[in-house]
Amino acid sequence: MTDDATDSTGPTGDAVPMVQLLTPTGERTTDPRWEPYRERAAHLDHGHVRDLWRDMVLVRAFDDEATSLQRQGQLGLWAQCLGQEAAQVGSGRALAPQDYVFPSYREHGVAHTRGVDLAQILRLFRGVDHGGWDGEAHRFHNYTLVIGSHTLHATGYAMGVQRDGVVGTGDPTVDTAVVAYFGDGATAQGDVNEALVFAAVNQAPLVLFCQNNQFAISEPNERQFRVPVARRGEGFGVPGVRVDGNDVLASYAVTQEALERARSGGGPSLVEAFTFRMGAHTTSDDPTRYRTRELEQQWRERDPIARIEAMLRREGGWDDAWAAQVVEEAADLGARVRETVRSMPAPAPASMFDHVYATPHAAVEDDRAFFAEYESGFADGGAR
Amino acid sequence: MTTTSTQPAIEAQVAPFPTGTTTLPLAKAITLAMRQALAEDPKVLVMGEDVGRLGGVFRVTDGLQAEFGEDRVVDTPLAESGIVGTAIGLAMRGYRSVLEIQFDGFIFPAFDQITTQLAKMRYRTSGRVSLPIVIRVPYGGGIGAVEHHSESPEALFAHTAGLRVVSPSNPADAYRMLREAIASPDPVLFLEPKGRYWDKGPVEVAPLALPAAGAPTAYDAIGHETLDRAVVVRPGTDLTLVAYGPSVHVALAAAAAAAEEGRSLEVVDLRTISPIDFPTVVESARRTGRCVVVHEAPVFHGAGAEVAARVTEECFFSLEAPVLRVGGFHTPYPVAKIEHDYLPGLDRVLDAVDRSLAF
Ligand SMILES: Cc1ncc(C[n+]2csc(CCOP(=O)(O)OP(=O)(O)O)c2C)c(N)n1
Ligand SMILES: [Mg+2]
Repeated sequence: MTDDATDSTGPTGDAVPMVQLLTPTGERTTDPRWEPYRERAAHLDHGHVRDLWRDMVLVRAFDDEATSLQRQGQLGLWAQCLGQEAAQVGSGRALAPQDYVFPSYREHGVAHTRGVDLAQILRLFRGVDHGGWDGEAHRFHNYTLVIGSHTLHATGYAMGVQRDGVVGTGDPTVDTAVVAYFGDGATAQGDVNEALVFAAVNQAPLVLFCQNNQFAISEPNERQFRVPVARRGEGFGVPGVRVDGNDVLASYAVTQEALERARSGGGPSLVEAFTFRMGAHTTSDDPTRYRTRELEQQWRERDPIARIEAMLRREGGWDDAWAAQVVEEAADLGARVRETVRSMPAPAPASMFDHVYATPHAAVEDDRAFFAEYESGFADGGAR
Repeated sequence: MTTTSTQPAIEAQVAPFPTGTTTLPLAKAITLAMRQALAEDPKVLVMGEDVGRLGGVFRVTDGLQAEFGEDRVVDTPLAESGIVGTAIGLAMRGYRSVLEIQFDGFIFPAFDQITTQLAKMRYRTSGRVSLPIVIRVPYGGGIGAVEHHSESPEALFAHTAGLRVVSPSNPADAYRMLREAIASPDPVLFLEPKGRYWDKGPVEVAPLALPAAGAPTAYDAIGHETLDRAVVVRPGTDLTLVAYGPSVHVALAAAAAAAEEGRSLEVVDLRTISPIDFPTVVESARRTGRCVVVHEAPVFHGAGAEVAARVTEECFFSLEAPVLRVGGFHTPYPVAKIEHDYLPGLDRVLDAVDRSLAF
């Protein structure tokens, strides 16, 4: 693929235009096709761009810390978002407070933009909680591990939003969009394709946001599809667009367009953010078995955070003292996450019987009673 | 099929086939059974997510794609319904697929294909269509995983007529049972105790039977020695512990602990959950007069209920105590930090043994 705003060729060999506002070296692109997106990002002055840089730096520091915590045995598993910060922060910062997000399991950058305390994400990965935050409070649902299943929930939620009359009112504090995040691999699942069908048929206020990080664990794009994701929607009647997912400004602008379409009653959209998973699939994975170091190196040179720094420096918007402060803030975040996670207690064993049902269920109550009695047999400190 | 430049070259390091008795971890005993099947029958395929280049997330298919190629060891799209559904069509065209579902909790997108199509095709076609498909699933808990990675869904499948459901507990059985499962003309759900993947044990390797070109593979000759047959893995006189898969290890540990207190427990490894070898179980329970069933799956509506009911029906006058069950609770699989409170471990089994003996 090329680095400027000319058509990019994805791994499937199909040429598909890719919206890009900044080149990997931080230059503004001039391709006239992206003028509408340029306009959408035009209000982002250097102060705003520095905020986006800060978001990404904080998310990366958190991600690094979580990786170390897993290595130290404090977490069972960790799924890094390394390299995908621009797609996540750019799209997340385009959201309105009332919009609702259904994430997959790697959307730590989006979680940050929704005001989720990042340390709480680690409850799931430490094995003390299946969730970790109040989805309703942040309008950011639990992570979903069963690939693609949540895209249908997002569609249904959007159908509810539609029925509530909070689409197309013209009031920006009222009109609501729903976003489902998923990966390139997920596009193969029946559920994701059914989400496209239901969203299209209902003209649901939905944005299907696919981070194409080019791998589903070990499998490259051509094992999942032969037509770029951005064009998948066509047959369903869902407009699609490919954006450079390592360009935070383009990710912001493209998402904002799709969100506006949804909120105004224009129906669903599919966004393909073309990016790269710079880390392993999870801490259990070994990418050297299925991809080359050259490919990894090539993408390190397209680091989304470095791109913004380069742009700010190029345009005189960089401030060393301020950047040093952010780096310090990131270190503090890491330290706080470390502290928080290490002191996260395991839940009381008997809590496993809570929240299975809303009202008592005899099978659960029998088991709960058995467990309480069984546990009391060890109360005098007997060996277990 | 093409390989892209983004992928490192595979180095095919084809080791000679082992012969005689060799020591292998359970995971590698399964690899060997697949490797042998791929070598013996060009119609055998291995398919699943990440099974090719990566060799599976547990490395159970490691080396198979390098040896047999991308047409026979297939990295499928990320869609379980598609994996099972296409294996059905391939079977109708004579291909024998060994499928991998990456984790227990991810079999459900394929539930429709498995229960409404795979299980019923022979019946619906009056026996004309045979679907010799094996679905391998790493299952069970105790590995500190996040949700959907530690479940034991066997009862959901055992309740479906048309499927055979099996689970080995040790490397020798894993090898032998997978060979027989691949040979079976029926669909087999092959549940692998992932927590015991790296337990080593002796495996008696069958001689490689390469048919003459064009000749059909002699599946009839592979026999039916482990599938459908329970086995007494530790003899005893006071009580029968019935288990399968990962719980056999727990049952054996319980029997060893009980022996120190002078109690003689017999352990029966069911190996197959559908069908259940009731004659072996009943014979044992009649002899010892007591029976405790152990599995990780929830007790409520679980396989243990089937064992308990049948033992009660057939051994009523020989029993000294009601048949007891030890297993998971009627909750979703809990978070990792408390999974050992959920799982039927040594102490919970011994507790049930005490209650039975106290009767
Ligand atoms: C239904 C289902 N099948 C299999 C898995 C195992 N699994 C976890 S992540 C993954 C790959 C996902 O790839 P992609 O959708 O591209 O997302 P990424 O991890 O790259 O963000 C697989 C196969 C799963 N979680 N759910
Ligand atoms: Mg991916």
